[in-house]
Amino acid sequence: MANGKIRAKLKRSSLYTFGGCITPQAEDADGPHQLQGPGYSRAVFCNQPQRHQKKPYKYVSNYISTTKYNIITFLPKALFEQFRRVANVYFLLAAILSLTPVTPFSAVSMIAPLAFVVGLSMAKEALEDWRRFIQDMKVNLRKASVHKADGVFAYKPWMKIQVGDVVKVEKDQFFPADLLLLSSSYEDGICYVETMNLDGETNLKVKRSLEVTLPLDDDDSFKNFAGTVTCEDPNPNLYTFVGNLEIDRQLYPLDPTQILLRDSKLRNTTYVYGVVIFTGPDSKVMQNSTRSPSKRSRIEKQMDKIIYVLFTLLVLISIISSVGFAVKTQYQMPDWWYMPPDDKNLYNPDKANLSGFYHLITALILYGYLIPISLYVSIEVVKVLQAKFINQDLHMYDEDSGTPAQARTSNLNEELGQVDTILSDKTGTLTCNQMDFLKCSIAGTAYGLSASEVELAAAKQMAMDLDPQDHDFERNLPSNNAGFNNGRSNHSSEIELERIIRSKDENHHKPVIKGFNFEDSRIMNGNWSREPHAEVLLLFMRILAVCHTAIPELNEATGSFNYEAESPDEGAFLVAAREFGFEFCKRTQSSIFVRERHPSSKEPVEREFKLLNLLDFTSKRKRMSVIVRDEDGQIFLFCKGADSIIFDRLAKNGRMFEGATTRHLNEYGEAGLRTLALAYKKIEEADYSAWNEEFLRAKTSIGGDRESMLERISDMMEKDLILLGATAVEDKLQKGVPQCIDKLAQAGLKIWVLTGDKMETAINIGFACSLLRHGMKQICIAASAEMLSQETKEVVKENILMQITNGSQMVKLEKDPHAAFALIIDGKTLSYVLETDMKHQFLNLAVDCASVICCRVSPKQKALVTRLVKEGTGKITLAIGDGANDVGMIQEADIGVGISGVEGMQAVMASDFAIAQFRFLERLLVVHGHWCYKRIAQMICYFFYKNIAFGLTLFYFEAFTGFSGQSVYDDWYMLLFNVILTSLPVISLGVFEQDVSSEVCLQFPALYQQGPKNLFFDWYRIFGWMGNGLYSSLVIFFLNIIIFYDQAFRKGGQTADMAAVGTTMFTCIIWAVNCQIALTMSHFTWIQHFLVWGSVVTWYIFLFLYGMLSPLVSGNAFRILIEALAPAPLYWITTLLVTATCNLPYFAHLSFQRAFHPMDHHVIQEIKYYKKDEEDRIMWTRERSKARQETKIGFTARVDATIRQFKGRLQKKHHASSSPMSPV
Amino acid sequence: MASEERSSLSAGVESHRAPVPVHQFKQQNLPACKPVLTPAWVITTYFLIGVLFIPIGFISLRASMGVVEIVDRYDTECVPNSYKSDKVAYVKDMSVSKNCTRYLKVKKRMKAPIYVYYELDNYYQNHRRYVKSRNEQQLLHGLRYNSTSSCRPLELNKGLPIVPCGLVAWSLFNDSYSFSRGAEKLNVNRKNIAWQSDRDHKFGKKVHPFNFQNGTLIGGGKLDSRIPLSDQEDLIVWMRTAALPSFRKLYGRIEEDLDEDDVVIVNLLNNYNTYSFGGKKKIVLSTSSWLGGRNNFLGMTYILVGASSMFIALVFLLLHKLSWARQ
Repeated sequence: MANGKIRAKLKRSSLYTFGGCITPQAEDADGPHQLQGPGYSRAVFCNQPQRHQKKPYKYVSNYISTTKYNIITFLPKALFEQFRRVANVYFLLAAILSLTPVTPFSAVSMIAPLAFVVGLSMAKEALEDWRRFIQDMKVNLRKASVHKADGVFAYKPWMKIQVGDVVKVEKDQFFPADLLLLSSSYEDGICYVETMNLDGETNLKVKRSLEVTLPLDDDDSFKNFAGTVTCEDPNPNLYTFVGNLEIDRQLYPLDPTQILLRDSKLRNTTYVYGVVIFTGPDSKVMQNSTRSPSKRSRIEKQMDKIIYVLFTLLVLISIISSVGFAVKTQYQMPDWWYMPPDDKNLYNPDKANLSGFYHLITALILYGYLIPISLYVSIEVVKVLQAKFINQDLHMYDEDSGTPAQARTSNLNEELGQVDTILSDKTGTLTCNQMDFLKCSIAGTAYGLSASEVELAAAKQMAMDLDPQDHDFERNLPSNNAGFNNGRSNHSSEIELERIIRSKDENHHKPVIKGFNFEDSRIMNGNWSREPHAEVLLLFMRILAVCHTAIPELNEATGSFNYEAESPDEGAFLVAAREFGFEFCKRTQSSIFVRERHPSSKEPVEREFKLLNLLDFTSKRKRMSVIVRDEDGQIFLFCKGADSIIFDRLAKNGRMFEGATTRHLNEYGEAGLRTLALAYKKIEEADYSAWNEEFLRAKTSIGGDRESMLERISDMMEKDLILLGATAVEDKLQKGVPQCIDKLAQAGLKIWVLTGDKMETAINIGFACSLLRHGMKQICIAASAEMLSQETKEVVKENILMQITNGSQMVKLEKDPHAAFALIIDGKTLSYVLETDMKHQFLNLAVDCASVICCRVSPKQKALVTRLVKEGTGKITLAIGDGANDVGMIQEADIGVGISGVEGMQAVMASDFAIAQFRFLERLLVVHGHWCYKRIAQMICYFFYKNIAFGLTLFYFEAFTGFSGQSVYDDWYMLLFNVILTSLPVISLGVFEQDVSSEVCLQFPALYQQGPKNLFFDWYRIFGWMGNGLYSSLVIFFLNIIIFYDQAFRKGGQTADMAAVGTTMFTCIIWAVNCQIALTMSHFTWIQHFLVWGSVVTWYIFLFLYGMLSPLVSGNAFRILIEALAPAPLYWITTLLVTATCNLPYFAHLSFQRAFHPMDHHVIQEIKYYKKDEEDRIMWTRERSKARQETKIGFTARVDATIRQFKGRLQKKHHASSSPMSPV
Repeated sequence: MASEERSSLSAGVESHRAPVPVHQFKQQNLPACKPVLTPAWVITTYFLIGVLFIPIGFISLRASMGVVEIVDRYDTECVPNSYKSDKVAYVKDMSVSKNCTRYLKVKKRMKAPIYVYYELDNYYQNHRRYVKSRNEQQLLHGLRYNSTSSCRPLELNKGLPIVPCGLVAWSLFNDSYSFSRGAEKLNVNRKNIAWQSDRDHKFGKKVHPFNFQNGTLIGGGKLDSRIPLSDQEDLIVWMRTAALPSFRKLYGRIEEDLDEDDVVIVNLLNNYNTYSFGGKKKIVLSTSSWLGGRNNFLGMTYILVGASSMFIALVFLLLHKLSWARQ
């Protein structure tokens, strides 16, 4: 109940932001809140923090911690995390069992690798947590000015701040905790707050203190201040607050306007005083923080399946060997007099079955080498390093904001290489959220000569079309350009085209004013007064300067004003007004001051407009009005709003310019601009006071229908308007967006735009960034407003379903292979479509379309659409966005990318990767994604290969030992195999491998398709590698065994014992797997060479050193290298033979594949290798255009489509001209 | 908060000032060699492998061919006819003489040193239980070291520790051979048949056999308790467990040349019981080459791998020419 009331209050206070001063008594009309029961137990003794040091008023300190662990919980918690992996549990079990007699190895050789692997992972966790801790401490140690006693303020670190403290916060500082605003540097106790870190909104919010606390406006006044706040318990809701302040036994209600939230920033206000209400973890922002869901990449999920396959293999061979053991034990062992029966159960012929069972456990441990223990940890290491490279890529570093790319989670790197669909937000992602005032239409005349980006893109495109690249094509065309223009009626003339291009060029020389890109000498520099309808122009500019909610901020350097506006369009209007000579310079609670520079008088005149009422903009009203009294005492209503809304409210005599304005509005719309219509009306004093009375009554009324009453009354006033004209602002595209989209399209990615904007804007932006082009067939699915309001749900759904079916039919019946379709759907319709029965039809249609644009979608719908695409297509989706409204989508998608930079941190906090600009997405996907995918895929395959090659030799050998579980290798060899001897090369493969360089990746975006098609990690390839491992194990084992089994291996006549055979075999394995990885790599820096060949050398060094240890440690490996093996030529010759034989088939496969069925990157590597790209530019270009993914969106597709069109026409022409001549 | 984070992050990217190699490393732009398997490379590699491997194959084959080897299986022949049906009883019966004489004809001149091996078959010296049943500490330090649980069941006898303990030592091979050529006795040098390091560092110089083969379980050979373990080379050789169930171990060296058609008379004591598990016993006389014993397999494999490599090179060349011509 209390909540509902609060919400109502909240709305009101935002709707009448500046109107409050006119009716200050309205606030106090409500009585104090009735706070009872659970959820409202908090009591804060203002200025008496000492009372909060004991229970029950002892609340948490202002210390915040985002760490996962602390010193005590680290060990158990981190260990638990580690052993949530099945493989680790298996190794733990094996390690425990290795302490019992069943073990085939010494306990240390089982425990050491596990400890190493788990320790490394835990160290990584600890390091990450440490970083978080440092980050936290930075925040915790920030200083804030806190009231100590007797009106003295002193600085204290944030973490020491307690509930009840009085805090003084100065301009541009963050609030250290959730505060109750007591007073500010402004007399009326307002302050401006930027909440970017909370909700991503850049506009300033106004907070107001209670009247009763207004006198507390200097340090001294806090000497004797005391009060008690009773309020709600900590909760995550940012927009509500319920509480009462008791001062001198008088209760005052509190609402969210008095609450300053932690992590928001004080702006435009010199200082404020506040009382700490919620500290640290209790503060709303901390209550709000959620950990993003942990995501795992597909490759990793598939890897789990391979591990299951290997587990199956492991169990299978264990069963074989334990059956073999049982049989041997039962039938043969009694005959082996040299092994008298054991009294225990391990080798007991009488209980062969039991012995067999024990042996099963032994075997499960023994063949554990099939499952690479270091796989997880290696992958983790590799991914962290990959992420480091992503973070450090200077090509993804934004110079302007100083923001590098940031891989926030490292476990999705390879997923970047497999993306199929990109779902993008529009505002702030594709566009900068910076509006430029570009054009306007006043009194039916269009002003503004600058071209919008859409126009420029179109012009450039046309220029390209007119000058086709294909030279033969041009030669075949005698009439050349003239012919084209005749044929294309919808094209503007060349002269206009030139003008547009030239105007753009000139713009480059002008100093750029942010938000203003207008150029027209007719109204600039005061020339407007010479225009025909000067009085209309004057009013128009006044509206721009007066009708807004912005705050001016004097820029001391330039002496001009900057504006803090709620929306960027408003800012653009104010800048425009300033440039026209109507400089908005001051706002008080009741007035707006505008410095007008009239051409008649040299000096600017400051005019005051008394602000009587402000009817705020809401998405429902789609308009905003102010009622002002000018210096002559006349009352005006100034209104700006969506054209359709304004046009409906025009007076009969106010439609003078309607026709011309509508035409201009359409033009602007086509040029991709955002438009608003401006209108005014004069109000008689009597009418106003009558209306205002009613308005005030409505405003002070209590009850649920106040909202609608207010709306109705506002509506009454905003009628019979007189149209002045319209504005057009450009929503600027971010740098490089069209090019990036073009490249991504060439890489075969589908791009969906999900935006909250209206359909027209979305379509305009679609054109601007080449997602849409002329000649594309647009399928619009929308249910009309009347239908939505009048018909039943079933009828509406039926209608939408029909539209979808029609669309699908259209796509199906299309014969032209180059035809492209665009699907455009609005949010209302989408809410029906997303219901279960229709969504698959919708998805099928959407997948067939080249581009999809969803407009007017809510954050929730964004997430739902993302889920639909993710689950419906089963492909990998990437969501990119910048604002709090994209969080759902970012968390839902397989990969979430946040734009870090201008807006708040919400999207970034929820994302997996953060980049500063949309255009960096190209490099992130096409270069890093591609590399990481291949690296990880090859790395995992190789891992399985090497462990199979190694693990199976153990199995073969066991068959020769009566299945007893004896291993031919020394325990230490095996211990080192995974941990040291073969792990570093594979890590270098995972970190440094590049099939082609980054430039080539960008030049051949189609290479990216290897990822989405999963060419490097399909089962064919995985089993291929496993087969290779099987082959290698056979070669290594049997060649060695046959060579060494009974003959002397040295001139001295000594025969090889188990240690010699085992060591030779192991040497062969080390050589074989390292040569294999060298064959797999295609990019060798000194690091790879060092690690690969260094691993081989390390083996010999280890063997040497191990042999030098006491024989009690090294056992049979004592001095084995220097005494027995190294002097024997057979040892070296065998190594060479086995290594070569192991790698020959793979080498043959590789060379034949390259030569006769090359993959895309093979071809490019070869071209690069022969330096053909430098010698033969034409060939290089041809290859590049060939390697482009067939695409229907983007620049390139536009060009292709146009060329096709021309060719088609040419053919027709040719045909027409040749047919009468030829007899055929 | 955001701004601080940003500044700390951008500090990480400050690689403008970094030296060139570091910068190149961070940008993944280090100079690299990017070998590409072009047809020329592939053909050359295969060809080279062929050119390298085939000669190695022939050389090792030649070395292996040069080794002369005489192998004689004696376990069946050396059982008196009366025991033929129950060989185990024969070998266990202490009263029956185990003497046996074999005549080995030298088919080709054998140059000294001629190595004498015994070969056992179907004998699981590599069984886990067998391999583990020893104690390195005891072998080196003798009785001073008494934690010998790994040696069970041959750890203690009548409450006293056994040195050397364990199954391996206990099952020591104990057939013995002596050789003569006609009337002339051929000396067998039985020194230096074990690894130097084993004698010096693994078997104690002051450790003497103790309480060995004294118990109820009688296994293989006995040891002279006067001789320290480091000099018991038979034992040292035996204790180097073989990798496979069929193995040869060095017995000694004949340091005289044997001529073609010489007949070597072997007087042997057929003590060791291979009958109960159906194993074979052989005596082997063999010369050695720089590669060791007679081992044609190695050379053959080399030739095979080399040849197939040549073959692949040819196929590749052919296919390449064909596809090139088609283009």
